[in-house]
This record gives sequence, C-alpha cells and structure tokens, in this order.
Amino acid sequence: MMEELSLHILDVCQNSINANASLIQIFIVENTEKNSLSIEIIDDGHGMNEETLSHVSDPFYTTRTTRKVGLGISLFKMSAEATNGTLKIESKEQIGTKIKATFELDHIDLAPLGDIEDTLVILALNDKFIDIFYSHQYNENRFEFDTRKIREILEDTPFTAHGVTQWMKEYIREGLNNIHKEETK
Amino acid sequence: MKSLDDLKKIRDNAQKKVTMRGKNDGIRVLVGMATCGISAGARPVMNRFVEIVDKQDLENVTITPVGCIGECAIEPIVEVLIDDKRTTYCKVDVDGVDRIIKEHIIGGKVVDDYVIGKYRI
Repeated sequence: MMEELSLHILDVCQNSINANASLIQIFIVENTEKNSLSIEIIDDGHGMNEETLSHVSDPFYTTRTTRKVGLGISLFKMSAEATNGTLKIESKEQIGTKIKATFELDHIDLAPLGDIEDTLVILALNDKFIDIFYSHQYNENRFEFDTRKIREILEDTPFTAHGVTQWMKEYIREGLNNIHKEETK
Repeated sequence: MKSLDDLKKIRDNAQKKVTMRGKNDGIRVLVGMATCGISAGARPVMNRFVEIVDKQDLENVTITPVGCIGECAIEPIVEVLIDDKRTTYCKVDVDGVDRIIKEHIIGGKVVDDYVIGKYRI
C-alpha cells in the first residue's frame, strides 16, 4: 500500500506521461458536508482499448511488454475501497483516460493526502514538457496550480532554473494551507 | 506569501545569469518513478535531489523522473549520466542522495556503496 494519496497521484500520472499526454489535469474535491473526497485525473494521452481497460485493475495483468498499466491502479483502487469508496476508469483510444477515485473523508482508513507539492514538482519536471493542471477544492475554497501559466511567466527560463522548484513548492503548500484555513473563520 | 511576482523575479535573475554562463556540460540524473520506485521511496529521493541541486545552484544538473527499468526489487534506482558514462545506483535513500551529489556529481568519484553491482552480478 502507498502511505499517501499523493503517492498514488504521482503513480497514476506516470501512466499519463507514458501515454504521451500533453496535459494532465488533477481535480481534488473535499466536501465535509457530504463527507467525501474525490480525486480525478484526466489526461489527453493515447488512451486504452476496451480489452486493456477491462484488465486495468487486475493486479496480475501486469506484464512487462504492456507496461502502461500495472499494479498502480489496483493499489489505488484498494485504497479507495478501504474507505467505502470506489475507483472508476474511462478511456478512449486517441482521446485520453479519466480516472476517478472517491473516498469517505472521515474514514479511519483514509490515507493522508501527504506532500502533494512534492508530487506536483516531480510531475512538472517530466522531460516531455507535459503540462500539469491541479485544482483542489475544499468546500467553497479552491486552489489552482497550472504549469502552463508558470511557463508563460518564466518565458524561456526552465523549471530547473535556480529557485523555481522551491517557489513552486512553497506556492502550493501555502495555497493548500489557505484553502483549509479559511474554514475556521 | 509566495506570489507570481516572486516567480517573475526568479525568472529575471535566471535570465541575467544565462548570459554569463559558459558551456553547459550537462549531468543528467534519472530517478525511477514507476509504482515499484514510488513504493520503495523514490519520491523523497528525487525530492532531495531537486532540493539540493536547487539550493546549491548546480545549474548543469538535470533531474528527471523515469519509468521502471525492470529491477523493481532494488528500487529506488537512480542513474547518473555524465558525458557518455552511465552509473546505476540502487536502494538509494536520502543519505545516498547526499553522497551521490557530494562525492560523484561534484567530486567525480562513483559512490561504490550504492552501485548496482553490489546487489546484482
């Protein structure tokens, strides 16, 4: 099992990177009233055919030659189901893949989201220049992180330039703290 | 509070520096970031690389997450590419990252304790 949901996100997004997506969108929605947490990952990669899709959450389907799916999805599904949640995948060839996992927010077996900023920075550093859009909603509050906007500001300065990754991490951490803090007002 | 203006300052500083920089001798660090790697602790390993390289401003070093190379049992695996020389490290932890940066990337000497040959013939 992965100890943090943000590790699952990192893992699942590697599939999108391998599927040659150009944009990976990650939507997190926490709703305390509905006691629900959902994590949705949408890519515009090459997608999967129905045959592959039907085996995706079977842990024994993992073969070295078709490494676009593997143990990752089954582990993610287990984490969701451990909290009475679900995991659903939709995929269309040449269109992309959508994965949505839901969790019970107050379930004792819910893994913490963990260091989402580490996950996002590592994803942003992918060498295919795939963009990452991250949206995190906590009840009415929302935080967004979009590498397309960051690229625009940075012009031709790469993400690896001195100070950029540090800025990203602090920006994400502060943004997430803010959306969770407002609630106590 | 970090703002987009801070990011613009970072960009301006980086752009100033580029003009002063000499040739880029490019060291690449690849970190295995598939399910096996992540479960074994590849994220804190990569994170450490990113942090130190940023902090020490090792501008010729690029760190990239990569897929599984098929040695899942000895993850986290890190490959260091300098010129045409490839060194594969396995079971790397945060201390290992510090040593690889200090002794190999800066010092030029392979860190034998983490080299893959120790675990696999």
